[in-house]
Amino acid sequence: MSTLKGRVWTFGRDVDTDLIIAARYLNMKTPEELAAHVMEDADPEFASKVRPGDILVGKENFGCGSSREHAPMALKGAGIPVVIAKSFARIFYRNAFNTGLAILVAPEAVDGIREGDQIEVDLASGQIRNLTTGAEYQAEPLPEFMRALVAAGGCCRI
Amino acid sequence: MAMTITEKLLARAAGREAVSPGELIMARVDFCLGNDITAPVAIDEFEKAGFERVFAPDRIALIPDHFTPSKDIKTAGLVKQMREFSRKHGLTHYYDVGRVGVEHALLPELGLVGPGDVVVGADSHTCTYGALGAFATGVGSTDLAGAMATGEVWFRVPESLKFEFTGKPGPYVTGKDLILYTIGQIGVDGALYQAMEFTGPAIEGLSMDSRFSICNMAIEAGGKNGIIAADATTRAYVEGRFRREPFYAYSDREAQYAAHYRWRAEDIPLMVAKPHLPSNTQAAAELCGVRIDQVVIGSCTNGRLEDLRMAAEILRGHKVHKDVRLIVIPATQAVWQKAMEEGLFSVFLDAEAVVSAPTCGPCLGGHMGILAEGERALSTTNRNFVGRMGHPGSEVYLAGPYVAAASAVAGHIATPEQIGARRAA
Ligand code: SF4
Repeated sequence: MSTLKGRVWTFGRDVDTDLIIAARYLNMKTPEELAAHVMEDADPEFASKVRPGDILVGKENFGCGSSREHAPMALKGAGIPVVIAKSFARIFYRNAFNTGLAILVAPEAVDGIREGDQIEVDLASGQIRNLTTGAEYQAEPLPEFMRALVAAGGCCRI
Repeated sequence: MAMTITEKLLARAAGREAVSPGELIMARVDFCLGNDITAPVAIDEFEKAGFERVFAPDRIALIPDHFTPSKDIKTAGLVKQMREFSRKHGLTHYYDVGRVGVEHALLPELGLVGPGDVVVGADSHTCTYGALGAFATGVGSTDLAGAMATGEVWFRVPESLKFEFTGKPGPYVTGKDLILYTIGQIGVDGALYQAMEFTGPAIEGLSMDSRFSICNMAIEAGGKNGIIAADATTRAYVEGRFRREPFYAYSDREAQYAAHYRWRAEDIPLMVAKPHLPSNTQAAAELCGVRIDQVVIGSCTNGRLEDLRMAAEILRGHKVHKDVRLIVIPATQAVWQKAMEEGLFSVFLDAEAVVSAPTCGPCLGGHMGILAEGERALSTTNRNFVGRMGHPGSEVYLAGPYVAAASAVAGHIATPEQIGARRAA
């Protein structure tokens, strides 16, 4: 269960929560509604291109900006199981785990993975394999209680 | 053990003698809040988790400010959910249209948060209350649901950064310029997970309103909280207003900081942050000539009485440029009323600006002044991300109220001096 395999979409640094889900859609609050507009201001086609199981790779400070839990909800709603980045903004980090979206800090992996690569992620060990290039990377392993949160699908579902 | 003010407040809330950076603690929460975007999700989580009661009905504020007065049917539904939850649980601090204001201006004004408090809010700009000498930080809706039920929340104790401003700011330079300068220097993740402590003579000389602007934008550098230790200005603001006992804490002389920045306030010019990051800063005078379509004066950063007075000082006797729309949004009903009584509205109306009811409105691209593709705004708000105020092809420049008002008159980015205003330092 903790191994995920998927196709990669890459983004730059400082991906903010307005990019992940624009405020004009915050009059909605279900993952399904929000997923229809995920990453829209970064790439208007993204919601139609992304498939369940796809993985997001960002650079530094992913998820900066507002405290909207709608951001991890929109990503999860689009079927994205994990986001990998060099660093995450603080509130997004909390919210991701609280809503059951896995996130991994793995700077080398971010540098070595390109858009469209197929990768395999072991959440338990933090191992990331790039199936396209064969390269392997180690992410900071998730603390046990955070893995439990993700497995349960979020804080309030334990 | 020597501690910073942030560490002292967290230790107190955790019921401990001392804490140090990196530790995970369970802290008692003095006050928590949610808004019309985050509270409905928190209420859903609260109910899904099977919680039956809130920890204290008088320690939770639910503030429908973002899309208020409700801009569409879906928003009206969200506010209705907040209203019903507040009634069901007997919440003391639910504020509806006619009483509501932008949350981070409203809570300090009503005396709901004060020195020594530990406050969590499901809104990233909760860090504003650090200006009162409180520990205040933004969390998500699930954390708010937990806090509403238990009155507790976990934290990792942050390292502290010290920002010391010496000297005295130059003419027209406000707290907004100091914080934009800071973010420009350290970047949007320059204080990631850390406490930002602001000190020095230049900070001591600032009004409360200017201090709120500074702490408000700590999150724009990734900070966990911004904080300014209380002094005579804070005490004067809090007295007769704060509804609980204040607790005054101060950093020890030997407290540890991850970094110490020291800047001369007189070296800091009027600042502007260019699209699309608050760290993309430049001196306002150097951007003179950047044409604008709209100016917004308001928000939890700069929608307080002092901000409106500053704008009026510049606008008096001028007209807003014919190609510019100026939208003024007093942050709360009390600010609105005082501005009206002081005659500021006459200045705005004579200048051909529009004055809105208190709301977040255009700050987050909600309503009351959305930008079309290719349009450019100069705004006293705190974020200029892609699409923040409307179409993803629009642009937002951030500045303080003096530059905003001067730019509205000029039709392009301008300092007060550039439109002929003069003031001694
Ligand atoms: S005024 Fe803007 S930044 Fe402040 S709480 Fe409202 S939307 Fe957020």
